[in-house]
Amino acid sequence: MNRSDLYSLTPLLILSSAAILNFFSISIKRNHKVIFAITVLSLIGDFIFLTSYSLYHQQHIDPLLVVDGFGIFNIGLILLTTLVVALMSYAYFEQREERKEEYYILLILAALGACIMVISKHFVSFFLGLEVLSVSLYSLIAYLRTRERSDEAGIKYLILAAFSSAFLLFGMSLIYATTGKMDFGGIGYYLTTTQDIPLIMMAGLGMLIVGAGFKLGVVPFHMWTPDVYEGAPTPVTAFIATVSKGGMIALLVRFFNAINGYQYESFTNLFTVLSIASMFVGNILALRQTNLKRILAYSSISHIGYLLVAFLSGGSMGAQATTFYLVAYFITTLGAFGIIATLSDQHRDAELIDDYRGLLWRRPLTAVAFSAMLLSLAGIPLTAGFIAKFYVITAGIGTQHWLLVFCLVVNSVIGLYYYIKIIAVMFDQKLQIKSAKELHPLVYVISSVTIAVLAVFLFWLGVSPEGMLSLIDDVI
Amino acid sequence: MILMILILVLLFGGIAAGFSGRMNTMLPRWISVGAIAINLFISLWMAAQPNTNSSPWLLQLKLNWIPSFGISFHLALDGISLLMIILTFFLGIIAVAISWNEIHFRVGFFHFNLLWVLAGITGVFLTMDLFLFYFFWEVMLIPMYFLIGIWGHENRQYAAYKFFIFTQASGLLMLMSIIALYFVHGQATDQYTFNYFDLLGTSMNKQTAQWIMLGFLAAFVVKLPVIPFHTWLPDAHTEAPTAGSLILAGLLLKTGAYGLIRFILPLFPEQSAAIAPVAMALGVTGIVYGAVQAYGQTDLKRLIAYSSVSHMGFVMLGVFALTEIALQGVVMQMITHGISTGALFIIAGLLYERIRTRDVTQMGGFWKSIPVASVITLIFAMASLGLPGLGNFVAEFLTLIGSWSANKTMTLIATIGIVFATAYSLRIMQKVFLGKSRLEHHQSLADLTARERLILLPLVIVIILLGVHPQPAIDLAKDGLQKTLNREFQAPKEPKIINPNYQTLTVPATEKGVHHE
Repeated sequence: MNRSDLYSLTPLLILSSAAILNFFSISIKRNHKVIFAITVLSLIGDFIFLTSYSLYHQQHIDPLLVVDGFGIFNIGLILLTTLVVALMSYAYFEQREERKEEYYILLILAALGACIMVISKHFVSFFLGLEVLSVSLYSLIAYLRTRERSDEAGIKYLILAAFSSAFLLFGMSLIYATTGKMDFGGIGYYLTTTQDIPLIMMAGLGMLIVGAGFKLGVVPFHMWTPDVYEGAPTPVTAFIATVSKGGMIALLVRFFNAINGYQYESFTNLFTVLSIASMFVGNILALRQTNLKRILAYSSISHIGYLLVAFLSGGSMGAQATTFYLVAYFITTLGAFGIIATLSDQHRDAELIDDYRGLLWRRPLTAVAFSAMLLSLAGIPLTAGFIAKFYVITAGIGTQHWLLVFCLVVNSVIGLYYYIKIIAVMFDQKLQIKSAKELHPLVYVISSVTIAVLAVFLFWLGVSPEGMLSLIDDVI
Repeated sequence: MILMILILVLLFGGIAAGFSGRMNTMLPRWISVGAIAINLFISLWMAAQPNTNSSPWLLQLKLNWIPSFGISFHLALDGISLLMIILTFFLGIIAVAISWNEIHFRVGFFHFNLLWVLAGITGVFLTMDLFLFYFFWEVMLIPMYFLIGIWGHENRQYAAYKFFIFTQASGLLMLMSIIALYFVHGQATDQYTFNYFDLLGTSMNKQTAQWIMLGFLAAFVVKLPVIPFHTWLPDAHTEAPTAGSLILAGLLLKTGAYGLIRFILPLFPEQSAAIAPVAMALGVTGIVYGAVQAYGQTDLKRLIAYSSVSHMGFVMLGVFALTEIALQGVVMQMITHGISTGALFIIAGLLYERIRTRDVTQMGGFWKSIPVASVITLIFAMASLGLPGLGNFVAEFLTLIGSWSANKTMTLIATIGIVFATAYSLRIMQKVFLGKSRLEHHQSLADLTARERLILLPLVIVIILLGVHPQPAIDLAKDGLQKTLNREFQAPKEPKIINPNYQTLTVPATEKGVHHE
């Protein structure tokens, strides 16, 4: 490893050192503020360091990693997302009785795992990153361990994630057995030189998709999503919905481009089925829910379905649409969960729809921000979600995926129903006596500012997306 | 730049109104009136300018917006859009005035939504970029949803959902079509753009054009609405507050009609001719069906809503007659229907304020106690049934003349539809104002106040003016309509092409030789 390798890996090193620094800090004295400050500063510092790279940076650290524009962009996205999650965690955990300090270590480690995933070009580093991410998530989900639902969610995620890892490993070994390669490029080379792909290889790739599907929560591997979303602490839910799924998507984009998977009809058909099933199942199951976290869980299932439309379009257009969609989805999801977190009190999360009745008249700005997030999820103009949906539809139509685009349109309409149902509740004129009492008496400046910034980004991307579009165009 | 200002004034006026609502409940009303009055003044001033251009485009503005996709912020104004935005601001002021005493709940937010709806509608009437068009098309929906959902009557939530979902679903189909057109054009010419004037000459095979047109058509016929896509309308109109009904009937429906004229006819001339018989049949069905339904209603607002369905049938008939006179009739119909139906909704709202019901079976014999309101209602009921001397007569007469040459059977049935219109219009008068007085149930009934007279009087004047002297409006729209039909649209301020063969769409597409599926 030479100096330029080291330079390229510095963002990961900063993250690891931040985790270690937190360890030491806890062993000296437990202090929520100090740990929080270390975490936030190191994430900001890391991001600033990241901006020193040129967009055309390209550093292969053979055989495991490649730090290129796409990777840097995704690392930046992960860092900022983690930063937002950390910011919203402070107020959330401050009012809870558990020991809060270790939470930040786990959060940083999870982010580290996701960062490794998005720059890996080899099965070993892929698996390493995935496990660092998953193991941290097991404990993060069950972090509020005195709450029953949190434990249940943790166990559920542990078992299913371990199960999916097993699938992934089996798939990898089958591929290794046929090709003798574990790096993406090598597998791609094998595929170009082979006429008929052996059955074992197909089985291996299929298992790989099953494993990835679990992580993404696509139908039919989605069973864990609503329970885990509901049970996990709200900031952790936000993290799962964004970083954990986004990292996997970025990896899939890299892997599929490396092996040129778009030319195999069986894969594209498989993904088409997964995408359509996710859209419909997610949206239809969300219709009757009364728990906001579960609604967002089902909505995330359908959004992964939309994302797969962009993913399936392939080529640079598809990759760009996927990336833009991820950015918009990250902002929106973080905002939505951030608002749930700020409205939660120390006994329970503000997760029932009734908690939001008449919110507009109690906390107008929060309600407007939340409506904006929901409208963005529904893909209504002026918000980032609209440009993202537009981009996905454009990518889909440009590559003649009419069936997928049509399903997307139908599902947007179904989805609209439950998004505006929530908005309608917030705008309800009837002020209920129960909800007239504030769930959360303290105004947490940090959380409010975070949400305001997210809302500004949401509108900015929705009104003037050109900057982000050309940035994404440059890195891909 | 003036065009941009029109939209910005409304957007910022809306924000100012929204915030000022916290300080004072009167401030938002005055801000809204001021903002719309500025716009009305500007647009009337533009209408007074003589058009020295050879092209029908009076003004245009083009700024880069999202160059990666070939999207520009492109506004342009011709006679048709000018008429439409004057109507928009005129009814806008009336909508603010009519809410003066009706709305007391969250006044600031109400006016914010009102101004943003108007901004969206103005944008729709001005934009010449298909992406921007879709953008504004959607922007006007959300505030409208809030207007119905927050300030509406008893069943407001259901009506608001239905309105939003119907229009969204059809709008998304249009978005698909817009993007498909973008690719078809881009692949044929290697110039990827959403610019209306560039897309006008797109060559594509018949099948593709057919599908793309259907997507556009979906959005417009739902908005218009055409049978059988009209079911959202009676609910939305009935449950909305008076200002909401006024804007829905007067302006939102017109965006559908405007879309047909501005996009369907010029972009897909051959396909529109191909579906014309079906479209005209749907229009005529709407005329008769709407009128029959209107006759059967007991809810006054619902009755007026169904009469809208009937009147919009004339629009569909006239547009697809594909003759200039019929199109003139359509433009007149858009304006006069906006005014007459709007006025009827206002009267229904005023009655509701007084007796807290919209049920016509509980009304009767009001003429004696409220003569002024009765006379004004009579004028607009007569307008609605197409009495000569009032604007609607001109509109329907032109439409029928224009359609006669295109399809005689349809025109005959449509004419019979007017008889039904007479029936329901007279029924309003008979049930509400004539007959045995039912006033003992409602004690006393106050006649129109000075403010209410001031609101209704301009409407009366305009509808009579349009009835006896419609020529200025017809002249304004003439140029644009002729170009639409003759397929010789061209971008504004380009050197005029003398070559008579410059009829892009009639030139065989074989030179480009690219057909896309």
